[in-house]
Amino acid sequence: MGMQSTERAVEAPAVTRPSRAKGYASFWKGVSHSKMLLLMCLPAIVFFLVFAYGPMPGAYIAFTNFNYRDGIFGSPFVGMKNFEFLIKSGQLWLLTKNTVLYNLAFIVIGNVLQIGLAIMLNEIRSKYFKKVSQALMFLPYFVSVVLIGVIAFNLLNYDTGAVNALILETGGNPLKIYSMAGLWPFIIIIAHLWQSTGYGSIVYFAAIMGLDDSMFEAAAIDGASAWQRIRYIILPSLKPTFIILLLFALGGIMRGNFGLFWNLVGNNAQLYQTTDIIETSVYRMLVSQNNFTTSTAVGLYQSLFGFVLVMTVNWIVRRINPDYALF
Amino acid sequence: MTTATLDKPRKLKLDSSEVVLRSVSYVTVTLFALFCALPFVLIVSASFSEESQIMEHGFSLLPRGFSTAAYELIFRSPRQIIGSYAVTITMTVLGVAVGLAITAMTGFALQRKDFPLRNQISFFIYFTTLFSAGLAPTYLWVARTLGLRGSYLAVFLQLLLSPWLIILMKNFCRSVPYEVVESGKIDGAGDFRIFAQLVLPMLKPALATIGLFLALGYWNEWYLSSLYLGSTVEFKPLQYYLYNIINTANALRNSVAGDNVTITNLPSNTLKMASAVVATGPIVLVYPFVQKYFVSGITVGAVKG
Repeated sequence: MGMQSTERAVEAPAVTRPSRAKGYASFWKGVSHSKMLLLMCLPAIVFFLVFAYGPMPGAYIAFTNFNYRDGIFGSPFVGMKNFEFLIKSGQLWLLTKNTVLYNLAFIVIGNVLQIGLAIMLNEIRSKYFKKVSQALMFLPYFVSVVLIGVIAFNLLNYDTGAVNALILETGGNPLKIYSMAGLWPFIIIIAHLWQSTGYGSIVYFAAIMGLDDSMFEAAAIDGASAWQRIRYIILPSLKPTFIILLLFALGGIMRGNFGLFWNLVGNNAQLYQTTDIIETSVYRMLVSQNNFTTSTAVGLYQSLFGFVLVMTVNWIVRRINPDYALF
Repeated sequence: MTTATLDKPRKLKLDSSEVVLRSVSYVTVTLFALFCALPFVLIVSASFSEESQIMEHGFSLLPRGFSTAAYELIFRSPRQIIGSYAVTITMTVLGVAVGLAITAMTGFALQRKDFPLRNQISFFIYFTTLFSAGLAPTYLWVARTLGLRGSYLAVFLQLLLSPWLIILMKNFCRSVPYEVVESGKIDGAGDFRIFAQLVLPMLKPALATIGLFLALGYWNEWYLSSLYLGSTVEFKPLQYYLYNIINTANALRNSVAGDNVTITNLPSNTLKMASAVVATGPIVLVYPFVQKYFVSGITVGAVKG
């Protein structure tokens, strides 16, 4: 046994080495033949090197007690202290919980509405009606998220908000919406759906449009009702798209819709309990509190956790259908 | 069974369930489209309302009174708004031109099957979507190490390329048959000439789509400006200018008051809404003409990375 394995070990490189060397040689020959292609990629390579990889060593701040004077690598090393603090204070748990729960709500409600909307759009026969309604539905995704803050101010502010104006006209008492934390999950979910449902339905609508007409004709001949057509043809055919989108959405469950949350809530501390997500907290710690260490620690936690999630999801997708895997 | 189905002729098209579904669809789609559009109506109405009426009764869907005072105030000393427009338009035009050129070259090269380094470079770019340094280290790096705090370059450069748009470009390039590249090679053209003269003209829809996404990124930018520009520049990019008007009490006064208006009770409610209209207007006006590229970008780039 021992003899055999040593034999094989000695033998193996003898066989592979020349071919591998040849492989390298032809590889580099190929590279030198495609110098121009490499050159065409160079601006992008430099860009990502500078703006994406350049800051990465700086994540070390998460393990230091950073101060401006000593810089990133001169500041005192404190090990896992920053993370311990975040865990003990309960802050990391609150941020994770809010981020994940909001995303789950967005994913579940969002997908149901997007699929429903796509099916209904497919029933619309008037071309003009379809065009106009689609245009209106994509518009919220097209405009700047700052506008969402303007709309929220218009609707919700205490003194002149449209909602309070309506309440007053019907004889009620105006609400201090900007200090009612319990209301905000609903407001944020509605705002998110306003912003992204029309846009998100495009993918499902395209999938329905791509279906073979003969299936529908056959169903009509067999006397299928509209509900049966949806239940047995359309929904099953959307399943692969749905599963892939769902998996990737789950992979990104640690990432939040920063622009939306920040423009709705911003620095309103009364609402943090129910509205603070990882991104808003990381931004606030940096911009409003100048707290580099905690901001970096939370950011690194998110990045690492998110990385593991995406890799897991990609591994699962690869097993279901390698065509859809990201890499 | 077969006879049964054959006995039932085509009247199935008018099946009651079809009628119900179609009616429900028209009603729901209409309601949802209105839900999407109403906030815009709300803002425009408010911008044309009379401030005193808003103060008394609050905002509503239809204008309260009619007044163009807010717009007159904005355009009486238009320095700020014109400056912001100039900054945003310049950045958008340059950003689209440069960003599109680099994205197209990179996407083309990375899609070439005879380019040995394509997988390594693709991964090098793609990895940045999986793991990032985070906000604070990036801020320190860009603002301090690269010294770009207070420079428009900090905003301009960071929006120039996106891994997603490069991947989208790669997907678009797949539709160009490899024979095109081969024929160019046979004619003795170099890789760059093949790209610029043979492939690029075939990629017009792709360029329109990716150009649109780049343009949207620049036009709607407020986030990087809030980090790197703050109040260090005289003219803020348009959306950041709007962001300040909505979120800081003094920004409104500074931006319109100038020297010739000394008002203690500025028509701040209607002015905020008019500023939003002025900052958002152009993009809504071009929207109908570019919508189809928006849609193609989503369907081409949606699922497959």
